Amino acid sequence: MRSFFSQHRAAIVLTVNRMLDTPLATLLTIMVIGIALSLPLGLYLVVNNLSRIADNSQGQPEISIFLKDNAGSAVQRDIETKLKARTEIKEFHFVSRDTALKQLSQNMGLTDTAAILGKNPLPDAFVITTKDIEPEHLDQLRKDMQALPGVQSATLDSEWARRLNAILRLGKQGVWLLAALLGFALAAIGFNTIRLQILALRDEVEVSRLLGATDAFIRRPYLYLGMLQGLLGGLAAWLIVASAFALINVRVAEIASLYNLSFLLSSLAWRDGLAVLISAASLGWLGAYLAANQHLRGSRAAF
Amino acid sequence: MITFSHVTKRYRGGTEALKDLSFTIEPGELVVLTGPSGAGKTTLLKLIAALERPTQGSVLVSGQNVGKLSRGAVPYLRRNIGMVFQEGRLLFDRNVFENVVLPLRIIGMPQREAAKRVRAALDKVGLLEKEKAQPITLSGGEQQRLAIARAIVNRPAILIADEPTGNLDPDYAAQLMDMFTAFNQVGVTLLIATHDPILAARSTSRVLHLRGGALQA
Ligand SMILES: Nc1ncnc2c1ncn2[C@@H]1O[C@H](COP(=O)(O)OP(=O)(O)O)[C@@H](O)[C@H]1O
Ligand SMILES: [Mg+2]
Repeated sequence: MRSFFSQHRAAIVLTVNRMLDTPLATLLTIMVIGIALSLPLGLYLVVNNLSRIADNSQGQPEISIFLKDNAGSAVQRDIETKLKARTEIKEFHFVSRDTALKQLSQNMGLTDTAAILGKNPLPDAFVITTKDIEPEHLDQLRKDMQALPGVQSATLDSEWARRLNAILRLGKQGVWLLAALLGFALAAIGFNTIRLQILALRDEVEVSRLLGATDAFIRRPYLYLGMLQGLLGGLAAWLIVASAFALINVRVAEIASLYNLSFLLSSLAWRDGLAVLISAASLGWLGAYLAANQHLRGSRAAF
Repeated sequence: MITFSHVTKRYRGGTEALKDLSFTIEPGELVVLTGPSGAGKTTLLKLIAALERPTQGSVLVSGQNVGKLSRGAVPYLRRNIGMVFQEGRLLFDRNVFENVVLPLRIIGMPQREAAKRVRAALDKVGLLEKEKAQPITLSGGEQQRLAIARAIVNRPAILIADEPTGNLDPDYAAQLMDMFTAFNQVGVTLLIATHDPILAARSTSRVLHLRGGALQA
């Protein structure tokens, strides 16, 4: 057991020394990994923040149904019964054209709007609040309302949020695609740097095998190297993204204060950051493992 | 200790390096393997250390059938065999001490004990003062002794050496042979391959003479 730990400690010491032996190459590799990882990470954060905004504004989706000018009270009652029959509707109320005009006047601080406009241009309307339902159902409901006789138009007030959501779903897929691609790139970077490292030290590998080193012994320092590179690259990505968001947030706070809002983009959560570190380290390890194995299988010890 | 029975080694490409070879080396023996270049000496040593596998027949080392060892078992076989290679195979990117300590690192020996062993091995080959030297700065004979120190540092039961006196002048070669004899006297089984007929003739030990892959009386 003691020898087990001392072997690992020795491999780690060797690895760190090798990294410090070529500081520039090590730094460049770490930066390449860091920059590559910061792309999907940044996109992930952007998508996350946007969906936070979309979620907030979509809490109480409303559908407004505007009636045709000539729709009589019979039509209005007919629509009322139909609305009552829909279980997904939480509540609804009728806003007459007169009430709407009064509200509008109040909001604009005018006293006699009718006098200015000459004639009330607003239609009668129903305002519906739905229960928590899927965007697809919401849209179906809107379409059904639109199809009712006497209805001029039915609009989903949070339509922009719905569109945003659709875009975000695309964005999330984009994040995963990008993450998969760059994860692959990361393993490839690990593979290549370790392959070069092994080539540079192939005498040592060869001699070690002649002296009775197991594959695990030979692989060990390279696995640590790949892992450490990935880990440091992940850390670099975290730093890059966190500083970028901190910079952006200064501007966001300025703009938000203009609108009397207190809004800040949320940066990388600890949990996500750790996940990045772990996956980066694992991918670096994987690349190193593949490189080491390829070399070990390809080489034959010889006198 | 080492038993070849009806061993044939055919390389890819068809060269038959060893032909139906049978012999036994007892524990504690010192055997000199001679024969002209291309006789199959190196091949024979490779078979012992599982660097090649026999095409036919079996090679037993300490009771283990070397040709049938799994990939995972081969390193453990090699830890019991000290090897001195024809081309030295030293690592020129590290000093003398680091070269000799490598086999001990491989078996995971604690640093302090390993350092003691390394100094003992360097002392035996007369290189104790060169501990910190870079191998490239050593003479040919010193490099050869460094290779021997590395081969014996793990105190193997068997030592095999391929042309250890290769490019050395005769006096130096004789010194090396004396060193091997000293190892043998503390119980190490030795097999030394050389194409140098003079060296073989001078030896008082058992001689296996190889020609065209077969043993000669
Ligand atoms: N790896 C190899 N592939 C093919 N032929 C080889 C190989 N190694 C040695 N040989 C051939 O096997 C024969 C014996 O070689 P070797 O064992 O090196 O002899 P020695 O060490 O006595 O000079 C020679 O004909 C050599 O060309
Ligand atoms: Mg030879």
